[in-house]
Amino acid sequence: MKKTILSASLLASLIALIASANLSAAAGAPCGNYLSEDGLTKGECKEAYVDASDKASLQRGAQVYMNYCLGCHSLKYARYKKVSEDLEIPLSMFQDNLIFGDQKIGDLILAGMDPKEAKEWFGNAPPDLTLEAGLRGPDWIYSYLTSFYIDESRPLGVNNKVYENVGMPHVLIDMQGTPRSVCRQMPLIASNGGIKQDPLTGEQLTQEKCGFLEVDNGTGEMTPEEFDQAMLDLTNFLAYMTDPLKIERETIGTYVLLYLFIFTMLSYLLYREFKKDLH
Amino acid sequence: MVTKIMNWFDDRLPLTATIERHLTKYPAPINMNIWYLAGVLLVVVLVIQLASGIWLLMNYEPTAEGAFASIQYIMRDVEYGYIIRYMHTTGASAFFALIFLHMFRGMMYGSYQKPRELLWVLGWITYLLLCMLGFTGYVLPWGQMSFWAAQVIMSLFGSIPYIGEDLLTWIRGDYLISGITLNRLFAFHVVLLPLALIAVVFVHILALHEVGSNNPDGVDVKKFKDEDGVPLDTKPFFPYDITHDLYAIGVFLIFFVTIMFFYPDGGGYVIEYVNYEAADNLKTPEHIVPSWYYTPYYAMLRAVTFPLFGLTAKFLGFVVMAAGIAIFVALPWLDRSPVKSIRYKGNYSKFFLALFVVSFFVLGYLGTVTSTPGRTLAAQIFTVTYFAYFLLMPIYTKYEKCKPVPDRVQLG
Repeated sequence: MKKTILSASLLASLIALIASANLSAAAGAPCGNYLSEDGLTKGECKEAYVDASDKASLQRGAQVYMNYCLGCHSLKYARYKKVSEDLEIPLSMFQDNLIFGDQKIGDLILAGMDPKEAKEWFGNAPPDLTLEAGLRGPDWIYSYLTSFYIDESRPLGVNNKVYENVGMPHVLIDMQGTPRSVCRQMPLIASNGGIKQDPLTGEQLTQEKCGFLEVDNGTGEMTPEEFDQAMLDLTNFLAYMTDPLKIERETIGTYVLLYLFIFTMLSYLLYREFKKDLH
Repeated sequence: MVTKIMNWFDDRLPLTATIERHLTKYPAPINMNIWYLAGVLLVVVLVIQLASGIWLLMNYEPTAEGAFASIQYIMRDVEYGYIIRYMHTTGASAFFALIFLHMFRGMMYGSYQKPRELLWVLGWITYLLLCMLGFTGYVLPWGQMSFWAAQVIMSLFGSIPYIGEDLLTWIRGDYLISGITLNRLFAFHVVLLPLALIAVVFVHILALHEVGSNNPDGVDVKKFKDEDGVPLDTKPFFPYDITHDLYAIGVFLIFFVTIMFFYPDGGGYVIEYVNYEAADNLKTPEHIVPSWYYTPYYAMLRAVTFPLFGLTAKFLGFVVMAAGIAIFVALPWLDRSPVKSIRYKGNYSKFFLALFVVSFFVLGYLGTVTSTPGRTLAAQIFTVTYFAYFLLMPIYTKYEKCKPVPDRVQLG
């Protein structure tokens, strides 16, 4: 019996290892030169809030996407109709406000721009974004969207912390205002995690660190908080795009699991009953 | 009525006899443990893969232009298409997880020893077929990782001296990986390989039922029989094993369904993130990794970094990798031990088996990460210890001291 338990735990731990693999693998790509707000980590993405059940957030995200992104970036594997249903936007309202040109409600969501011309203009055709959140992870997208800054050395006048020398213009600059890469005096952190102090005066020691992002006051249509929320909504929308049936899938999954628990319990009782014959 | 129908069939086909021999009355040793479940679960996964595969096939388009979009069509527009696809992707990983457990069980209890050599060889062939099925199936979605994994694996054939380049062109059917390559891999994946797999699995089970199941003690249960000629230490498959297996299948499906519905990507192990991008032959991904079930062998491939005897490092790596998979087949003839089960084998056998398991896991890990000089050295060391289990086996099994094997199976 002891050996059975031992082997059972071995098997279970192996299965658990496979099941928990999602915890150990890093999701998405690391975030280039992105510097965290406290100035301590570089290249790690900001955590995005993703909630497929927050319909209001998804609706706002869809609004931003259709108005600002779709000109260049298609969602060519998804259909308008499905988006309107999933996001609970009435068909007529969706048709009037979120579909441009002569596209039909049942069509795939294509960009307005011809990819060949786009390649000439930007050096690279803007990628389709249906699966971008799966490819790079929502955290990357959120960090990227909030990491544009003015850089006169670039052809389009802007650069990005997360995606160095990206060929994309800062489409949302009117919304955000003028973002700049600035330097700040940051407290020095000792190896034990505390803040370094001058041993004589007790003053905190600081060090200049560069690469923080700041928006010029009053240049944007939105406050920094509003813009941040808009980008979270947009990220949430793209996460939904990659995995549009997440909620349905998990609902069905729960029922399947419930069924299997009952099935397994009954089959265990049956097994136990027959096992009595053997010993 | 039922008896009448059965009699009608029995006069024309050994129906009852076959059912009794292979199912209801098949004598299974009473001391079989949890390790013996992998076999029946593999059959379950085989059925899952065949069924889900057929449904995927109804909507998949095997062309370089349409393959990637057709997968997204299945995921979004086909009713419950995503369930079918996730079933198939999760099933692929489950297949390998289970076959590794199944093979390890055989190695642990000496299930490859006489008279089960052929059974072991047939099982090894199913493992080979599974490796090929995994590879060909992985290319079909035509994502970035599909394309570049195909590129890397196929280029290995190009490293063969003299004939390599021509052979490579012949295998690809083109001068680079293209729609033509996709089409032939598709044909293999949906016709040739599954047919072969079903046939070999069928013969594998036939051979098993001929020689009978081994057991954790590795004793021959056929030595002691009752007056009807049924081995004493066995129980009929029906109803004892069938109820046991049903319970096990329930537990297994709970794990399976949890991954399938709640973690379908498996953290990038079941479906790689890079494969969310369509194949692009002008853009190489930063970090090409195979699926997790090939990573031990991928680590071996990369561990060979030096040319030898005028052969390139790449070719030698290919040879080592192939040998790592092939060497399992030699086990029945490498093991000189008078006992089967690890329970009665000596300490050397236990040590080398443990070393093998550790090597397998470490190599598996090393295959998933980028290589550094330190990691390459580690991969080289563990490749050697991996092979040590096999190549030193004739020596350590012959000279080590074994424990006495009991006549009858031990319980508890």
